[in-house]
Parts: sequence; C-alpha cells; structure tokens
Amino acid sequence: MAENKIKIKYSTFELDGVKYKTILPERYKTRKKYVPVNPKLVKAFIPGTIMKVFVRKGRKVSEGDNLLLLEAMKMQTYIQSNMSGKVKQVYIKKGQMVSKGFVMIEME
Amino acid sequence: MRNALKGGGDKAIEKQKAIGKLTARERIIALLDPKSFHEYDLFVEHAAKDFDMDKKYLPGDGVITGTGLLSSHPVCIYAQDFTVAGGSLGWMHAKKITKIMDHALKLKVPLIGINDSGGARIQEGVNSLAGYGEIFFRNTLASGVIPQISVILGPCAGGAVYSPALTDFVFVVDKISKMFITGPEVIKTVIGEEISMEELGGARVHCEVTGNAHFYAESEEECFSQIKQLASYIPWNNTHKAERFPKKSPKTRQYKIDGIVPDDPKKPYDVRDVIKAICDDSDFLEVMELFAQNIVIGFARIDGQTVGIVANQPLILAGVLDVDSSDKAARFIRFCDAFNIPLVTLVDLPGYLPGIDQEHAGVIRHGAKLLYAYSEATVPKITVILRKAYGGGYIAMCSHHLRADFVFAWPLAEIAVMGPEGAANIIFRKEIMAADNPDEMRKIKVEEYKAKYANPYVAAAFGYIDAVIEPEETRKILIHALEISAEKKISSPAKKHGIPPF
Repeated sequence: MAENKIKIKYSTFELDGVKYKTILPERYKTRKKYVPVNPKLVKAFIPGTIMKVFVRKGRKVSEGDNLLLLEAMKMQTYIQSNMSGKVKQVYIKKGQMVSKGFVMIEME
Repeated sequence: MRNALKGGGDKAIEKQKAIGKLTARERIIALLDPKSFHEYDLFVEHAAKDFDMDKKYLPGDGVITGTGLLSSHPVCIYAQDFTVAGGSLGWMHAKKITKIMDHALKLKVPLIGINDSGGARIQEGVNSLAGYGEIFFRNTLASGVIPQISVILGPCAGGAVYSPALTDFVFVVDKISKMFITGPEVIKTVIGEEISMEELGGARVHCEVTGNAHFYAESEEECFSQIKQLASYIPWNNTHKAERFPKKSPKTRQYKIDGIVPDDPKKPYDVRDVIKAICDDSDFLEVMELFAQNIVIGFARIDGQTVGIVANQPLILAGVLDVDSSDKAARFIRFCDAFNIPLVTLVDLPGYLPGIDQEHAGVIRHGAKLLYAYSEATVPKITVILRKAYGGGYIAMCSHHLRADFVFAWPLAEIAVMGPEGAANIIFRKEIMAADNPDEMRKIKVEEYKAKYANPYVAAAFGYIDAVIEPEETRKILIHALEISAEKKISSPAKKHGIPPF
C-alpha cells in the first residue's frame, strides 16, 4: 500500500503458459533437483559402518545375493543385490564408515 | 512452603534469567490477568527411589499448575520449571499436568502449556515415558473440545515435542525455543551430520521450514501479548462462539479496496491488504505468517464477529496451492470448524504448483486435505473470488461444490478450467498449427478465449457464483452473509469419524 513504497524485485513464474510476476521463496528456489535412480549403484540408505564385504570386483552375483553387511542404528542389515550381474567396482572395505547416499558397490 | 515457591533455588534462577528467560511462576503471572492465578499441587513430590532419587527434594516436582483468567476468560495452565531438575518429566510431574488437563476438559476451558524441559527424567525410567503417553492421550481427547495452546519457552525435546504438536497453536520465541526429536549430538553420532541447536530446531526453523510453530516472537513478553491477542479471537470451548466485540470500520484511507488488486491477472499484490480493507479496524492476526506464505490464514473480525480467513497470496509463488500451503490451510479450517468460527475465503490462484518434488512429496495426498477440510466444515462458509480461480484450485478454494454458503466474484474474476494461454493452446491446437503464422493465430485464439471465458459470468450462468459484486461492496455483503448464516446448522451423515488424508 501507499506507505510501503519499497521496490520489490519480482521473478517470473510460468504456469499453463501464463507468466506471473511474483516472489519466489528461498525454499522454492533451493528445492532438491530430481536425480533419476541408477539401479547399478548400490548406495548406503543410512549412514553406518561396513561390517563385512562379501563380493569382489568381477564377481558374478544373482539377484538377492548378499553384497555386504551394514551396521547402523544398532542394527545389522544385509545389503542384497537387486539384480543379477557382475560387480564392476567395490568402493568400501571392512570397518569403513559410510555416509547416507555413499556409493558402496557399482554393478556392470 | 517458601522452599517450594523458590523452585530450583537462586543459582538456577540466575542461570535461567541470564538467557532472557523468566521463571515458570513469573511466566504464568506475566501471561494471566493480575492476581488471577491460583496454584494447585504445590506440595506434590516425586516418589522415585532408584539412583538415590529418594534423597532428592524437587520443589513441585518441576512443574507449576493452576487456573486463572486470561483477558477475563478462565483457563487451565501449567508451566514446567527448568530450574528444578531441568524441568525433567517424571511420573508425578506428569500427573500434575494430566490432572490440570483433566480439569480443563471437564470444566471446558482452554488449556495453556508452557514447555521448558530437558526431557524425560531418566532416573524414573519407563514411568516418565508413561507420563508423556498420558499427556498425549489427553491432548488428543481435548482436541476440538477446548482450545489448546502450547508455549515453547526453552528446550522441548524427544517425546516431549509431541504434546505441542497435538495442540492447536504453538508459540515460539527466538533463541529461547528449541524443539526436536533427536538433538544435534545424537544426529552427529548416528548420522555424522553436524548442526547447531538453533539451526536444527530453533524458533525460526519451526516457523519457516517445518511449519510446527504458529507464532514467532522476539521475546517472552511479545509472545505473551500474542497469546492474549489470539485468545480474544477464539471461544472458550466448542459449544461457544467467540466473544463479539463492538464493530469498527476498516481503516479505509490506508487500505482502499478498489486500488489493491491489479486488473492484469499476472500482476502481484499483497492479499493481506484486501483482508485489512474488509475487516474491523483493519486488524488481522495472521497465523503461521512465515510458513508456506503462498497462502495466508488468520483471524479477523467482521462487524465484531470473529472469522477465520483463508486467502491465496499472489505476492508469493503466484499464490499457487502446494503441499505446504494445503496442509497449512486445512488444519486452520478444521480449527475454525471445530470452534464455530465462520470461514471467509479469498480466491486468486493460478492452480497447483507443478514439479517433480511436489508430486513426489505427495501433493495429491496433501492437496486432498484442503478438499476434505472445506467439505467437512459446517460453519458458515463464504467465498469471494477476487481475480482468477483456475482449475483444481477453483474447486479447492471453498467453491459451491464443497458447499460454500455464498460464493461472490468481483467483476474481473476469471473462473476457468485453466489460464487462457494454456486453454487456447489445447482447444485451438489444430487451428494454431494449421495457420500460416501460428504465433499470431495463438494470440488471436487466446484473446478469443479470454473474451468468452475469462469472466465470472460463465460460472454465474450455472449458479456457481451467487452474485458478481463490486470490490467496494465486499464488506457490506460479507456482513450480510454472516448475519444471515448465523443460525446455520447442518448435520453430517452419522459416523464415528471421517478418515481425512493425513
């Protein structure tokens, strides 16, 4: 209104072909970009410690085979392969701490 | 008795004051009407025996409970005393709280809880967990019967946070309030992520990011005045209406209604100016001011009567509906409905926010909350379409189809399935593609569509709009609509309860 004559810099926001002038909040601007899931990368779904590694580079595995044992939140979880194929690379070793999203094993 | 009144003693009190905090008793006295507070259970003591607890005396067991008056309204209140064993919650501490909660529910008066506690009293083990559970159960039982207000004036961590989360309004104060399920230390040990307490669960975070808190203050004093303000708008319980105040005109010189909304639907404006142009004394108490700002919710009075206002905010994100704004508005609508507060909805939105993040965050489920809340509400529902109402957004913003009692539209309102550009592109695709100059043809077709459909009269012809009104008439018509629907009563089909999408 009349008393606040501060010039606001508006951004353009397009919806259904219409371009609206508006303010884009920080949360909208910094929203997480979508990254498609790569089924060949076995990532840590939770931060934890590698207790055991069952496979080596070049090893053939079937769907459901144990790849490694991860301890997190006082629980030990067997991480299994979601596909049959060959192990392309192992990026972890026993005792290693991994953060969430860390690529542990890559399949060919 | 003097011992009990002193709480945790001089040293602990000094520490509390050093960080800008009042003591528990001072807080109650500062909040309630002078000399109205009556304390109960001052002499309650804990009965724990393990870990040498039997040798410890904890005054009042770390919590003060009682009744009093807030702006002449009776209330039940409790305040945790951080100076006594860090305000930790043991069994008797919890019993004092649940006793005053039972009182509040039985006497049908609002409940105010001031939280300032380190969490569960570990020495009391499973009994402190039981204590929390008993509190949560009562919060749920009281929900929708009496207003419940949580004031976070210190740490509120672990299970303790779920009591405020179950209540209607959460007040926080900068640098003093801290809420989280697991604190920075646990997060660091387990997850390896580092963050300060303030960044994790400080007042600003809960007001801006999580949406857990409803009111943000810079000091405890400001917080108490906010609580008093809120209390003036809401009734004591669900069988009452909010107190009626002498009516006041809006400050029309400052907020001139016909100059606020630009004719061009692409141009922004602050919808709060429209609210202030129609409500008494231009006085609007915004709720969750800092969260999901693309929708504005809050309390105002029209002709002296409290109304709950829900309005799209074109200033932010073009006023779209999304996950957070739907969630924010839905809960507010349910509060108003539970406590007999009529709803006034101001509509100006281009639709729902597109995006992978929105779809994956469940905009279907969260958006459905808004439909549910409006449909379920049986209080008077009055809608004014200020400018555009496109697509699903038109339906969701309390259309006739969700049983609004009155839907008004300003002359420049556009009620359509989508914006003219998008609609013309679909309907006239063939013509546009076949034209020698498709861009030129598109422009012609957009104009054609605008002329035919970008107005309130198509919807009015079907009876979806009750009347097209001039902006200057808005307040007058709202007063009339509220007056005429004052005795509104509808009964919903018999059921135990509905199953809203939450």
